[in-house]
Amino acid sequence: MPLIEYREAIRNALAEELTRDPNVVVMGEEVGQFQGAYKVTKGLLEKFGPTRIADTPISEAGFIGMGIGASMLGVRPVMELMFWSFYSVAFDQILNNAANVRYMSGGQINCPIVIRGPANGGTNVGATHSHTPENILAAHPGVKVVVPSTAYDAKGLLKSAIRDNDPVFFLENTILYGEKGEVPDEEYVIPLGKADVKREGRDLTIVTYGRPVIQSLAAAELLAKEHDISVEVVDLRTIRPLDIDTVLASVRKTHRVLVVEEQKPFCGVGAQLTYMIQAEAFDDLDAPIARLCTIDAPAIYSPPVEAEQLPNPQRILKAALALLD
Amino acid sequence: MSKKPSATIEQKPAANAAHGQAPVNASLSKGQKIELFRQMVRIRRFEERSHRAYTGKNANGGSNIGGFLHLYNGQEAIAVGCCSLMGAHDHVITAYRDHGHAIAVGMDTKALMAELYGKVTGCSKGKGGSMHFFAPARNYWGGHGIVGGQIPLGVGLAYGVKYKGNKGSAMAFMGDGAVNQGAVHEAYNLAALWNLPCIFVIENNGYSMGTSQARSSAGELAKRAEGYGMAWGMCDGHDVYEVRATMDKFIRRAHEESKPAVVEIRTYRYRGHSVADPDNTYRTKTEIEDYRRTKDPIQVFQATLLAEDVFTAEAAEQIDEAARAEAEAAAEFADASPYPTVEDIQKDVYWESDNPTERKSEGRLFFN
Ligand SMILES: Cc1ncc(C[n+]2csc(CCOP(=O)(O)OP(=O)(O)O)c2C)c(N)n1
Ligand SMILES: [Mg+2]
Repeated sequence: MPLIEYREAIRNALAEELTRDPNVVVMGEEVGQFQGAYKVTKGLLEKFGPTRIADTPISEAGFIGMGIGASMLGVRPVMELMFWSFYSVAFDQILNNAANVRYMSGGQINCPIVIRGPANGGTNVGATHSHTPENILAAHPGVKVVVPSTAYDAKGLLKSAIRDNDPVFFLENTILYGEKGEVPDEEYVIPLGKADVKREGRDLTIVTYGRPVIQSLAAAELLAKEHDISVEVVDLRTIRPLDIDTVLASVRKTHRVLVVEEQKPFCGVGAQLTYMIQAEAFDDLDAPIARLCTIDAPAIYSPPVEAEQLPNPQRILKAALALLD
Repeated sequence: MSKKPSATIEQKPAANAAHGQAPVNASLSKGQKIELFRQMVRIRRFEERSHRAYTGKNANGGSNIGGFLHLYNGQEAIAVGCCSLMGAHDHVITAYRDHGHAIAVGMDTKALMAELYGKVTGCSKGKGGSMHFFAPARNYWGGHGIVGGQIPLGVGLAYGVKYKGNKGSAMAFMGDGAVNQGAVHEAYNLAALWNLPCIFVIENNGYSMGTSQARSSAGELAKRAEGYGMAWGMCDGHDVYEVRATMDKFIRRAHEESKPAVVEIRTYRYRGHSVADPDNTYRTKTEIEDYRRTKDPIQVFQATLLAEDVFTAEAAEQIDEAARAEAEAAAEFADASPYPTVEDIQKDVYWESDNPTERKSEGRLFFN
């Protein structure tokens, strides 16, 4: 299978869907002539022209709202946020309009928009540029939230997101953009709401998503080699809809759970998960559920310190050992 | 600037000599004029040194500076011209291209460089980075990463000045791309409606990242003020005299009549949007060179001061040497300083957790 970068997998998904459906358009800051701030949309303007690939001014509330409005008429906009951190400028459009319009119209209006872009820390861009809003977004019924960790998943999930009739928020990662993974040439889609067991194990389940999947796999490798501990890594891939069944099946197998997330702890995705696990698999647990998050403060700039504020393989390893102690 | 500025001067003094005759400039002493020059040179040298630090490696083979680095080269006359007009109750706020304003308000370049290096000796203790410099004691309120987000804050500073009964103003700086943020328009309306002494300064360098003004903005930028019944002005930003003469009018008006205004200052940035920008999709090398050759703000002002007999070419060179040495010392200081600790991550979050003996609220503040 060809090895391609995560960013290229996303680009290919966009190109395939642009080709398949004339209603698909791509808009955002610097997506066209500049080839994308992170080169995700490189070459698309040349291939599809300025009507389908449009550079917008720096007006997130305006252009995200415009995309939502256009989607109500059946256009399928894929809007790029240069960083998900800038969603706050368009918060009203996203949460009051995209999330609610179907409900408030009694199901008469659909909103098949995709908003995508990176949402992560780890590149020292400071507190304003490092938000991971998947929990905040997913707290709103009516929206779907996807956080892919590999090139393969990113492509298959983005294609599903574009075909979905509900608003889908797709959270990528600037650190993963350059990571290569196997992606087949043949077309495939991955349904939203299906978790993936990225590594099988017996002693402990790590439930995670996004870049911490990669870090958890690295920690699992160390735990196997240095401590003879067998770790199962469950990648949620989609936060809402949430594939709790795959999580519970793993818990019933290993009886111990560590949730790892690149989120602040308060009311994060992990909080929802741990509630559900204890509610539905209490008797299967041999230990309290453990959780490893980003240290609870705004994102620090200082490069070596930010690396310690976020999850990393060493922190995950320590949390796993503490749980198994 | 080349190493020997005197040998490469192609610039003539600024074309419109009238600005030098404006009272706000005519009243300057030789020493004050030299000071304006020195500030611009210090900014240029600081930016060049930080660029070298960003692209170079530290002793451990790692990066000296992380994240983004947006350089101010080419725009120096704006920050220096505007900040030189500040009195006790004049305030400044800007976006992420904030090093020039920081130096112009008098921040210590050692603390600035240390901030870029993420060191605990930095102006924000290594917590803010390049985009988030602050010095409230110098009426400098940042350094803001979200495009346009600082503009309502600028209106708030103007409100605060007025509310407290002070004769002052707030200068809220933004780029030519930021004018298209909704928050900017809401801020315009508030400032005009409530007669707040806020001067919105658009540093129009022609591009927002890789997008030219023509591709991002309908109509004329400063003229949008008319929709709010606000005064507006426009000037060139490569002549520090012109910047001062223009801004002086609006600052006086803000002081005397508590009236807002929009001022668009035409300028140019020499470097990419940030150091990471390959700068190869939206403008030509010739365009950059042409500006540098004919409108470099430092060279233009040097030529002006030479023509005015304010200083000699040798004196200009000494200023440049001193600015290089200062930037180098700042980098050495930054390099030798320690990083914050992991424990520092949760400091400066809440006033109450930093002042535990005075805490009034109960319950848990931090979670894990
Ligand atoms: C809300 C928001 N959207 C997008 C960005 C990314 N971004 C940072 S600077 C910039 C261009 C701004 O250009 P301009 O206002 O002209 O200022 P300049 O960089 O030229 O000084 C963009 C798009 C951001 N930081 N915040
Ligand atoms: Mg600009």
